[in-house]
Amino acid sequence: MNTPAPARLSFTDVEVEYRSRGRGRVRAVAGVSLEVSPGQIVGLVGESGCGKSTLARVAVGLSAPSAGTVEYAGRPVTPLGWRPRSGAEVGLQMVFQNPYASLNPRRTIGSQLLDGVPAAVTGSARRARVHELLERVAMPSSAAQRYPHQFSGGQRQRLAIARALAPEPRMIIADEPVTALDASSQAQVVNLLVGLVRDLDMGMLFISHDLALVHEIADVTAVMYLGRIVESAPTRELWREPRHPYTRALIDAVPQIGLTPRLPAILAGEVPDPANAPTGCRFRPRCPHAFAPCGEQPPTVDLGGRSVACWLTDSATAPTAARSL
Amino acid sequence: MAPLLDVDSLAVTLPSPRGPLPILHDVSLTVDEGELVGIAGESGCGKSLTAQTLLGLLPPGAAVTGSARYAGTELLGLDARGWQRVRGAGIAMVFQDPSAALHPMLTVGRQLTEHMRVHLRMDRRAAGRRAVELLDQVRIPDPERALRAYPHQFSGGMRQRVAIAIALAARPRLLIADEPTTALDVTVQAGILALLERLRAETGLAVAFITHDLGVLSALTTRGYIFYAGRVVETGPTGSLLTAPTHPYTAALLGARPHGTQSGGTLRPIPGAPPAPGEAPPGCPFQPRCGYAEPSCGEAPPPLTPAGADRSVACVVRPHLEVAA
Repeated sequence: MNTPAPARLSFTDVEVEYRSRGRGRVRAVAGVSLEVSPGQIVGLVGESGCGKSTLARVAVGLSAPSAGTVEYAGRPVTPLGWRPRSGAEVGLQMVFQNPYASLNPRRTIGSQLLDGVPAAVTGSARRARVHELLERVAMPSSAAQRYPHQFSGGQRQRLAIARALAPEPRMIIADEPVTALDASSQAQVVNLLVGLVRDLDMGMLFISHDLALVHEIADVTAVMYLGRIVESAPTRELWREPRHPYTRALIDAVPQIGLTPRLPAILAGEVPDPANAPTGCRFRPRCPHAFAPCGEQPPTVDLGGRSVACWLTDSATAPTAARSL
Repeated sequence: MAPLLDVDSLAVTLPSPRGPLPILHDVSLTVDEGELVGIAGESGCGKSLTAQTLLGLLPPGAAVTGSARYAGTELLGLDARGWQRVRGAGIAMVFQDPSAALHPMLTVGRQLTEHMRVHLRMDRRAAGRRAVELLDQVRIPDPERALRAYPHQFSGGMRQRVAIAIALAARPRLLIADEPTTALDVTVQAGILALLERLRAETGLAVAFITHDLGVLSALTTRGYIFYAGRVVETGPTGSLLTAPTHPYTAALLGARPHGTQSGGTLRPIPGAPPAPGEAPPGCPFQPRCGYAEPSCGEAPPPLTPAGADRSVACVVRPHLEVAA
């Protein structure tokens, strides 16, 4: 191999379908295209059940897409099997929501970190590498001899991050990595992840239902609704000027601190069952701006650096009054 | 008028294998009729234990001192029958996880009416009518059908509404809500917050809302208490408390949260972790993590002292605090 392909993660028209006995075919992910480049943090937000975690599992090969492709560093991501993964594939690592479940309770931290250290590192260098990893996540090297239960939730998540870093990844998929943590340890873990991405020039897909948190750290934010990405844009622009009514609704639902109590805005209805998704625009039944064209699935329109799937942004169809959300 | 709930110098010590563990120290708080009061702090700060004390749900062997008066009745030292009169018809509770609070194998109707038949001695038909009313009040669509449904047939947000309906069944005057929206999406959370505010306005229900989310505290409540290591460290009208904090811990909590107003920054974590119960340092419990600590902070826990309009703070230094908007 001469020059390795850039460690970019790209989803192209990815669909994931489950067969459920009671509900028939459920399309959890219904055509998602998304790209994460090295050095970039892409935030993926949406309500529970929108398919965010399914997409994360597909990204690292824990489930297989039923249509479309997931490519990492120019090669398709293959579903995980018993055979060890090739060197390029381990460049893609995942941090899970629950550090209590992602670490083995019966093995020391050191031995779990050693699992991930590349085989090319041999002899005493392996132990040294473990200590380097612990230092990276601001844990003392004595942590190597201890067991997961001896640490707090925030510390455990830092150790899980060290485990993800052990194989020298170029891309991290973080699925709700701080949801289970308290405010102060949340900030510590988030800062650690952001610092690592910046220092090591890694890419990160940061999945969260916390819009404010994603706003704080992501370069690009993608908003997912019922298996589709409805809007994606540079974070600042998305927040300042959301173009999709669902993005607007999510932003308005975040409670804000102010001098007088002000209840967040309510979005009518609930996320429909993906087995029974509405025809046309999937957000239509809850959308305050829905109008005739919404009976058809809106195409994802490129608006120069950002994209949105909504008929309101189409000048041919949109009533002018509805265009500003 | 005397407050509906008046807790004065409450201290709780729990038994542990290593001897008695003091959890709550000198907690005083009040809730007026029809008032929305917030209690905020990190996990382990004693906010949930306060709620358990007020419902007589402490584990055996717990030692309680101080006083907690509800509508003029002293709660501490009530016998089983006394508690039964207070619980449900006086003080009711809603928990974080509605799936755990509801019985999975009994219909919603059965769980709703059982309460009323015992507490209010209603016959089956009257209880059924009231159950429909209650489900309607918490905005469950098609209440008659919902009565025959099981909890798993509802979404998380709807389940929490059912749990609130059950809590309201015996017409309590005070509802203690322990992180009722933490497990929910922001959009669903907005609906539950609006529901609590509407119940307060329409029925004069008082709500003590326990949360770790300062945004929720600000959006819903008019008065707030900040807990740290089993003590109230600051209290006052929520608006001024969160826009102009006077305790370094309140300011640090505000700094550690994503603001949702500016992006690209990193969060400012609070260094260290809260002390484990029984391991709090002498003096101010926040002192080891505080950027403004002075030698005098190590002497004795600072008492809660008045600090301007309806506010109190437990800090002897009273530094000038910069607050990020």
